[in-house]
Amino acid sequence: MIGKAVVRSAGRHRFRRAGSPALWFAAPALALYGLIVIYPSLAGAIYAFTDWKGIGTAHWIGLENFKSLFTDDQSFGALVNTLKLTVVVVIVQNTIGLLLALGVHTLIRTRHVLRTVFFAPAVLSPVVLAFLWKYMFNPAPDAGLNALLGFLGLGFLQQNWLGDPSVALWAIAITVIWQFTGYSMVIFLAALQSIPAELEEAAALDGAGRFQRFRHVIFPLIAPAVTINLTLSTIGGLKIFDQVFAITNGGPGYATETLSTLIYKQAFVFGEFGYSTAVALVLALLVAGLALLQLRYLQSREVTY
Amino acid sequence: MHRRYRPRTFALELLMIVIALLFAYPVFVLVKLSFADAGNYSGAWNGAHIGAAMVNSTIITIASLVCLILIGSTAAYYLARTHSRLSYGLYLLFLLGIVLPFQLALVPLYRFMKDTGLLGSYTSMVLFYTGLQIPFTIFLYTGFLRALPREYGEAALVDGATHWQSFTRVTFPLLRPITGTVVILNAVFIWNDFLTPLLYLGGTPNETLPVVVYQFVGQYVSNWGYIFAAVVMASLPILIVFLLMQRYVIKGFASGLKG
Repeated sequence: MIGKAVVRSAGRHRFRRAGSPALWFAAPALALYGLIVIYPSLAGAIYAFTDWKGIGTAHWIGLENFKSLFTDDQSFGALVNTLKLTVVVVIVQNTIGLLLALGVHTLIRTRHVLRTVFFAPAVLSPVVLAFLWKYMFNPAPDAGLNALLGFLGLGFLQQNWLGDPSVALWAIAITVIWQFTGYSMVIFLAALQSIPAELEEAAALDGAGRFQRFRHVIFPLIAPAVTINLTLSTIGGLKIFDQVFAITNGGPGYATETLSTLIYKQAFVFGEFGYSTAVALVLALLVAGLALLQLRYLQSREVTY
Repeated sequence: MHRRYRPRTFALELLMIVIALLFAYPVFVLVKLSFADAGNYSGAWNGAHIGAAMVNSTIITIASLVCLILIGSTAAYYLARTHSRLSYGLYLLFLLGIVLPFQLALVPLYRFMKDTGLLGSYTSMVLFYTGLQIPFTIFLYTGFLRALPREYGEAALVDGATHWQSFTRVTFPLLRPITGTVVILNAVFIWNDFLTPLLYLGGTPNETLPVVVYQFVGQYVSNWGYIFAAVVMASLPILIVFLLMQRYVIKGFASGLKG
């Protein structure tokens, strides 16, 4: 709409290229970004190589912090837990999100209501919703999630969700997936809605089955949404803090410790500021590295018609 | 192909409704338990200082949004309308901020806020959110500005207006659609953010909603009726805004990240 109007007006007038706006337009943004993000991040990256405790002077200790990160059970466990959680959340959240999107991208009469219901948790506070889930994970067979499983005849799936170290991490994953599946759905849905109906119809006329149409026509066309969803959920998974902090605080033992809860504890519980920033540096490299790798790989697979 | 409502569509409809009911089950539990005792709501309202926290959250969110819009749109105007190595380099520097986790800056920034005496103030939070979210805001504005024909603003420049006049009178009003996206995505993030307000505001009267709920749960560890009343009240403001503006919110979330 805007484009057309301009083409017309541009035809009537011949513009001289005006000079560029001055750098001071960007100065306030640069100043704040430098103060809040760049400077403290650089400082963090440097403190990562020291034994800084917040008081007194910091001593350069080289790679000591990183050595203990990879040898200490709690720290290495946090790294492993974070990666496990991220993989599961990314796969499950996006698979369910895609299926829900396909489900509401039909003629069903409740599609608008359902879209709202599935998406609503994504706008609410993760830490506040985490308390709802803390209750849902009650170990009693007649409360919360266990009660629902019993009611559905799935009693064999009942768990001591937060007490069993081999289950607790998956309880956190359930919380995250429940809250953000609707977010993935909405991104997939927008992509599905942008596919011209004729394309699908043409494939149907050519005799392509339902699954073949999805595999060869729809899926390639929603590839940009796949890229966005996988990247977003990967970053979110790696940085996860609120849900773990509110539900298990890393327990039982260190079974649900993640990099972000470790960063918090090392700094604000144990006063090990240097070690905390070392863990943060590892997290930053993981997030930036994986996000960029994923973006490059996935974008190379995207097709344009 | 999905042109007509057929028996298959009806079967799908039923299946989707059942899934939605299962999905909403925790919410039924939440509401039911919160109303189990009439005193839960008044107790949680007073005990958790929900009213004061709503005011704090509102002030911090709105002040941060105003700063983000002003600072972000002007910076994007420079980045989108200047073709130089410097402007491209700065754009990449801002993009870096989108993938850089704030955890790396967490400890040094906390020390900075403490040393400057800003800890506990609204100012500390507004500075934090503006600095933290400026990269994403600039990314959205710059993408929109690059797609916006520059002839609009240039007409004013040719007529003798300065860049500042051209920006404020012509370009900025045209940014309204993307400003909507900027507001929605940043508002949801700021309103719900937890760790930084806990660290900066914990123990002061300026605590935001997620922080007061967290503190309240710490006090009433297993009094779930109380806790759930607080959870419901803390969630209502944003839920109501979402339901009133859901078309825009969902659109913002679905499209915003593509820039």
